[in-house]
This record gives sequence, structure tokens and C-alpha cells, in this order.
Amino acid sequence: MAKQLGFYFDQTLCTGCKACQVACKDKNDLPVGVTWRRVAEYSGGTWRQDGDTFTPNVFTYYTSISCNHCDDPQCVTVCPTTAMHKDEHGIVTIDDGKCVGCRYCEWACPYGAPQYDKDAGVMTKCDLCIDRVNAGEQPACVAACPSRALEFGEIDELRAKYGDTAAIEPLPDPAMTRPNLVITPHRDAQPTGHGTGAIGNPEEI
Amino acid sequence: MTMTDMATRPTPLETPVPRRSFMKWSAAAGGAAAAVGVGAHYGLLPVASASAEPSGGDDAGEKVVWSSCNVNCGSRCPLLMTVVDGQIVRVDSDPTGDDEMGTQQIRACVRGRSIRQRIYNPDRLKHPMKRVGKRGSGEFEQITWEEAYDTIAASLKKTIEKYGNEAVYLNYGTGALGGTVAKSWPPASSPIARLMNCMGGYLNHYGTYSTAQISAATPYTYGAGAGNNSFDDIVHSKLVVLWGNNPHETRMSGGGETFVTQTAKRQSDTKFIVIDPRYTDTAVSIADEWVPLRPGTDAALVAGLAHVMISENLHDQEFLDTYCVGFDEEHLPEGAPAGGSYHSYVMGLGRDGVEKTPEWAATITGIPASRIVQLARTIAQAKPCAIVQGWGPQRHANGENSARAVMLLAALTGNVGITGGGTGAREGSYQLSLSAFPTLTNPVKTSIPVFLWTDAIERATEMTATADGIQGKDRLEVPIKFIWNYAGNALINQHSDANRTARLLEDESLCEMIVVIENQMTASAKFADILLPDVSNSEQPDLVTQGSAGSLGYLIFADQVIEPLFECRTVYEMCTEIADRMGVKAEFTEGMTQEDWLRKVYAESQAKEPDLPSFEELREKGIFKKKNPAGTVIGLQAFREDPVANPLKTPSGKIEIYSSLLQKLDETWTLPEGDRITPLPEYTPTWEGAELAGTGDAPLQMIGHHYKSRTHSTYGNVAWMQEAHPQLVWVNTLDAKARGIENGDVVQVFNERGRIELKAHVTSRIAPGVVSVPQGAWYAPDKDGVDKGGCTNTLTSWHPSPLAKGNPQHTNLVQIEKA
Repeated sequence: MAKQLGFYFDQTLCTGCKACQVACKDKNDLPVGVTWRRVAEYSGGTWRQDGDTFTPNVFTYYTSISCNHCDDPQCVTVCPTTAMHKDEHGIVTIDDGKCVGCRYCEWACPYGAPQYDKDAGVMTKCDLCIDRVNAGEQPACVAACPSRALEFGEIDELRAKYGDTAAIEPLPDPAMTRPNLVITPHRDAQPTGHGTGAIGNPEEI
Repeated sequence: MTMTDMATRPTPLETPVPRRSFMKWSAAAGGAAAAVGVGAHYGLLPVASASAEPSGGDDAGEKVVWSSCNVNCGSRCPLLMTVVDGQIVRVDSDPTGDDEMGTQQIRACVRGRSIRQRIYNPDRLKHPMKRVGKRGSGEFEQITWEEAYDTIAASLKKTIEKYGNEAVYLNYGTGALGGTVAKSWPPASSPIARLMNCMGGYLNHYGTYSTAQISAATPYTYGAGAGNNSFDDIVHSKLVVLWGNNPHETRMSGGGETFVTQTAKRQSDTKFIVIDPRYTDTAVSIADEWVPLRPGTDAALVAGLAHVMISENLHDQEFLDTYCVGFDEEHLPEGAPAGGSYHSYVMGLGRDGVEKTPEWAATITGIPASRIVQLARTIAQAKPCAIVQGWGPQRHANGENSARAVMLLAALTGNVGITGGGTGAREGSYQLSLSAFPTLTNPVKTSIPVFLWTDAIERATEMTATADGIQGKDRLEVPIKFIWNYAGNALINQHSDANRTARLLEDESLCEMIVVIENQMTASAKFADILLPDVSNSEQPDLVTQGSAGSLGYLIFADQVIEPLFECRTVYEMCTEIADRMGVKAEFTEGMTQEDWLRKVYAESQAKEPDLPSFEELREKGIFKKKNPAGTVIGLQAFREDPVANPLKTPSGKIEIYSSLLQKLDETWTLPEGDRITPLPEYTPTWEGAELAGTGDAPLQMIGHHYKSRTHSTYGNVAWMQEAHPQLVWVNTLDAKARGIENGDVVQVFNERGRIELKAHVTSRIAPGVVSVPQGAWYAPDKDGVDKGGCTNTLTSWHPSPLAKGNPQHTNLVQIEKA
């Protein structure tokens, strides 16, 4: 068994530009509506108005998220056909021949990673660009990030370098699926379960 | 035949989509996409051979070719295109370089990443066409290239004969920017200009839609267009003030200013303050503090800050005494009235007798007085401090004064011309010295402000030097009768008051001929009489110059990646054919092809930049990079070091806080009621300004931020971009609540000029009383005149700014309601 791979995300650098999302779509020819990597805007705070003046107490940060190739992937657990499975790299992947497009995995994944392709009638998802990785390149999203906010590699190494935080709003509690994801939190990041903001772009994720 | 028919009419050039071999991996997650083939999701090319067999994964015929993204963002990114069977199947970016300042990898932004959908877009123009419906209707009929060239040549001859060369105008357009031959901006450097200059010239314009006010105003302060320090220099700053400057949404390249500012922030303990009505993505990623203010009130904030600095003796008096005129009464230029100094203006001893206290500024700007005091102390005590303004503050009805005021702040704090400081202008950057495609000399010297071309159609002979900023003549003698519109959307979409512009252009008795050269059916293309299908920059070879990238200089060889689609041709070929019909082909081409010109221009560049490799080597490598040998760019360094030996080009040779030249204009120019030109960068309330907001039918100030989804309007029709960054009006949570608007609701934004419909982004990220409609969305009025495209310019005004006669597109009052 090869070592488990995963993503690192430096939230302090993310500008919400979505170069990662579009690079992924370009590389994988994904239609509108099938988006393997997405970026959430989490925003909140208030304004105090005092006569003619106003004072903000406002925060915003972005989270770029794809499949976290979890140690305990709910998508695999609920898949009735065994199409969804973890391969020898720990990559959660879909056996196209087996998938019937029932969408249980989409419903089960708290990260929204499995994406239904209505034209093909099957589920699709991030495969960590294993073809690029095998060729010694980085996944398309990682190579694309203008801010160098994404890294990819063996999760043990990433955690040794960056710690093991992944419980950041608006992400779910990592205990649910044990994601192979490490985040350096934004200065205004709020811990999962203790958020005071809301997702500002729900239609985009 | 209508355009709709055209879109579905197959031609011999429309080849079936070749199947592409997809990823070589066992579990084909992308198999679903592979099954329908490249292009199927784009709707451009018919998938005629869906039964084609996969090519077995051997990637037969695969090649990788360098190209680039040539749009007007201020960055410039190389794009590495993978081609299979003559189709671009994947886009990557710069494979060279690293994550270090000056040698950085130039990672393309989200826009460039989506370029495949721009090249293979259903809106691509396929054939030459002539208009058959009314202007703007988008009803066209296919014609031959010969008919198109003959029609244009006949119309040019007629126009020049009847009205003279000043009736021919090259409209502003920045859709092809960075190339050497295929270059639309500046229009005076385009092949169209060269063509016109071979036959007597054309009416010039000055200024740009990006920078009209700041470009006109800066010389009155600094004597010329002053550069600022480059962003890589901010590692030496204690504080950076980004004043209406938003690189992380405008200059988004991961090799340009987004990379440079983030890297500088990481490498130093520099603090960042963002002053902007919006909590921008620049603020999200980099700001230590955010100061929101009412749009157009920048000069009032500067005056309030100056009051604190003067009162607390925090300003740099020595610098002001040595390098500036007009700060205090002791240093006023000759002819200035007593009480004319900035010190008097701020302390209530000037013409208006009003003291510009923090409380005074608070009422206007919306920033609490205590916050203004704190901000003034922070800025004044940070040594050195880099004040770097963007171009939003100047794109207002009083933008010239806002721009000059922010520069004044740099002088007031003594930061001009030093490492870690700056001039208060837009960031500078290192640039290679390169030659350009020669466009000869325009015999016509008359020039109009770029924003007043619609006036020059409607009321040309009323327009004078002192009322409308006409240059080179006392007044215009003929109206614009013939428009070249190459790679631009300012014909309707990026000009103000789109409905009014449409009405003007619909009248064929005014402007008689509009030629549009374009590769997409843009809002402007619909107003063409003759519509010529241009190739994309990936369908021709060109040398592409760099963007703003800190201390990195570079040059891209953007080669021809694919054959021209459909019947598209290069602009050089179009101009050559028209030159032939006008009898000036030899002068226009000098017997050279586009590639010949590239070689010639490159040879000249090699003489200036000896490090450049051979033409063939650059073609093979794709990019040449060079780090600034001088370190960082420091604006006005020589002047700072020795102001006597290196005077500025102002009348005094110094920084002019008080400008006698502006005093003269103030005395001699005729301005509309309420418009003001002032010798000092005073705060001037304007039509539809902050003071008039809050009441009446249009209580909200509307600005139009540059949006990640597009560069102006380029990429505006790309599905991946519309999905990633949909067109949304930003509304503050308080304003939305008062109107019953929730995040994601469809709303209408309107005023007396028009009405647009789009979704609302209800957010705390914008100041109360302010809405922002991201500029550049494509104007698309329905039968009732409601713009379903959500174009900000459906709501903006033709009323120009006082000095530059520039576009005031962020000065607007509107109302918003649920649709």
C-alpha cells in the first residue's frame, strides 16, 4: 500500500479567484454544473452606524475544497454498487462501469466531492490528477494556484510540515470522514461548529 | 439570412470534433466527458462523428505550443496549449521559474485558464457579415471577404472626400493588448492606425477609460505621468496604503502583482491598510486594516488626515519646503491668491473658510472622526510608508482631485522618491526596453478626450478646446462619420449610458459607417455595419510584451497554436487588403508579412536588450525573463536625491500641491454648472455624489468594481467563468434588509438612465449606502428595455469629469428593488 496522499491549503493566501476550479475543469473537460474543486466564501460580521458614519466589524475568508480522499469516506460506505472505492494510493475513485448514478455518494459526502454528470448519468469526482502525479507533475489545481495556496503530497509529510487543522468553518467536523486535508487557517478563520458567519456564495459550491 | 441561421449553417471549414485520448488512468472518472468529446459542452462545433473510436491513448499528433492571454488587466500570462489533431485540448501556464521575487513562475489567473472556452465559443464570429436590421439589432447577412473589403474601401473614400480625415475615428479598444502586430491598444499603435496614416490620418483621442482622470491630473502635480515604486519594494516599507487599489481582483496573475504583494507580505513585517468602499479580495488576503469610505470622497479623507497631521505636527515640513510648492503661504507660486495654500484650505483659512477637521471629513466620508485621527497618525508615523492608489478613486466626477489628493499625501509625509516609500500613484514595475510595430505618423493633430467620441458624433461643431478639452485645434470642424472598432467593447458596453449610446448609434444619418473587427459577437459587434471575423491570438504568431510584475521583465513568443477557425483572418491581412484597395498597399506592408514584421521589430529589440536570445530560440523556449538589475523601481528617485539637478517638468520644477496651470484653466475654461477645476486637490462635491445619496428616488451610490469573472468585458461570455463568478450586484446587508432583499434574489437596479436585472450578493463586504455592479457584463436589453445582462453602463452617465473630460463611471445614484 502506497502512502496516503492528500492536500494542503493555505487559507491565508486564498483570494477566492478559482483558478484551481477552472484549471481542474479545463484539464478534465468538465461541463458547467460538474465542478470537482470549488471555493466557498465564508463571510460575516456587522456594521455599526452612528449618525453619518459607519464602522465595520466584518470578516471574510475563502476555502478551496475538492475531494479529501478521506480515511473514512462516507461516499464509499454508502455506495450500493461498490463503484466508489479507495485505490492503492488511498485515492477515492469511481469505477465507471459499476456506477449507476444513484447519487447516494453525493448525498453522503459532507464536502460535496462526488459530482453528478447528468449527460453521462454517472458520478464523477477528483482523482488527484493521478495521471499528472504519475508523470511527476502536480495536480492541475495545485499547479494553477496563482497564490501558491495549494500543495499536495503524502499526508504524513504535509501534517509534519503544517500541523493537522481541518476543522474550519464552513467545513464539517473532520471526525465524520477523517479527511486527508491540512489547512493553515486565515486570520479570521472560525472553528467548525463555532461559526458566526455564513457561506456567501451557496449557489457556486 | 439572420445571425441565428448563421450559427447553425455548416461550412466546409466546420470540421467534426476529433476524439481526444483522455487521461491514462485506470478508473476513468473523466470518461463521461471523454465520451462526448472536446467542444461538445461548448456548443461551438457540431459533434458530427460521435461514433469515432478513441485513439487508443497514444496521443497521436499531440504538441505543446506557447501562447498568451492578451487582455487589459495589467498582467500578462503565458499559456501553454496542448494541441491534439489541430484542437486545443488543454491549457497550462508558465512551466519556468519559481516562487521567488524576480524569477517567479507566471501562473495564469482564472480568466486565462478558461481561454479554451473563449477560443471555442458559440459566439465566435465565423464569416464577414453586413448588417441587415437596424443598428444594434444583431441581424446580419454573410458576405464574402471581397465584398467586405470593397464596401469598407468605398466608404472610406467617400468619407475622406466628403468630410476629410478628421471624420474617421479609431475607437478605444483593449481586447487585443500586449501583442506586437495584433494589437488594438493604444489604437494609435494598431495596424488600423498604420493603415489610416498611409492615407491622410484620422481623428486622434487622448486618455483612456482606465485612467482618464489620473493621467490628466498627475502632470499638474509631478510634471509628467509619475511612476510609483514597484510592489516588490514594499518589503522595505513599514506600511502600505492600498488606496482604492485591488490587485488581487484586477492584476490577478500569479506572476504579477498578486504574487508580488503576497510574497512581499510574507517576506516582511509590512502592514497593509486597504481604503475602499468594498472589502475586496485584496483586503481579504492581505489587509491588516480596512477603511471603507463613501465613493468619491477620497479628497475629503485626505484633507481630514492632513488636518490631523498638521495639528499634531506629524507632517514632513522639511520635505514640503524643499520639494514642493503650495503647501503653505510661504511657498505659494506667483499669481496665487493669499489663502490659496493647502495649509490654509485645511485649517479653514482658505476661500471657503471651512476647517477640514476629522469631524468635517467624517460626515462626508462616513469614516468616524476617531478613526480618521488614528489613520492619520498611523500613516504619518510609519517611516517609510508606501501609498499606492488604484484607478477606482479617479474614475469619478471629481476623480482628478481625488488622484492628486492621494499623491499629495505622499508628499505631506515625505515618502516620495525613497525606498519603501512612493509617489502615491499606481504601482510601478520593471519593464524590458522593446521596440514596437511602427505605425507611421498621423498627419492629423486634432485630438478629442477618449470619453467624448459620442459627443463628437452628436455635437461636434459645438466642441471647443476650453469647453470640451479638444486639443490641436480650437474647435472640432467635422463630426465623426466613420468608426473603426477593433477588439473593443467601448462602442456600447464600456462607454457610459448604454441606452443613450444605442439611440445615438441607431441614427445612421449621424455616424455613417461602423466597421467592427472582433472575434466574438459582443454587445458592440451588434452595432456594426460591416463585421469582420478576427482570429484569436492563438491563431497567429505574435511577440507579446509583459505585464506589471514587480522586478520581473519578460517577453513571450506567442506562436500560432491552431489554424484560423472558420473564415477568420488576421487584422494585418484585413488591413493589407484594404490598403490594396486604397492604393497604399506598398506603404502599408513595406513588402512584409506579419512574421517578417515580428523579426524586424525583434531585431530592434535585441539591440536594446542584448540578453535576448535569437528569434528562433525565443520561439522554441516561449519566454524570456530578466530580473531588474537595479533591484526595485523607485519613482522620482533622482528628483529626491537632487531636486536642483533633476527638476520636475512642472513650471516650478517641484511637486505642485498648488498648480498655477490649473488656476489658469479654472479662469479660462467654460464648465457646466457645478463642475470645478481647482488649483489645489480640494474635495469637490459633485452631481450624484455622496452628499446627494440617502434620499430621493435614487438613494444609493453605485460603483462598478472590476470583476474576477472578466477583464472588463473580455471572457464575459465564457461559461466556466459565468459559473465560477456570476454577475451579482453587491448590496450591504442593512440596505438589503430595508428592501426585503435576500442573498441570491433577482433584483433590478435602476435610475433615470436605465434598468438592469441580476442577482444580489447580500454581504457585509460593502459600505452601507453603496452598491457595486461589477463592470463589463454584456449589455442585453430585452424588449422592455430592461438590461438582462446586468451591464453597469446601462446606469452610468455621459457627463464627463471637469479636467480630463473623462468617464465618471463610479459616480452614480441608483435605487434597487426585488424583481
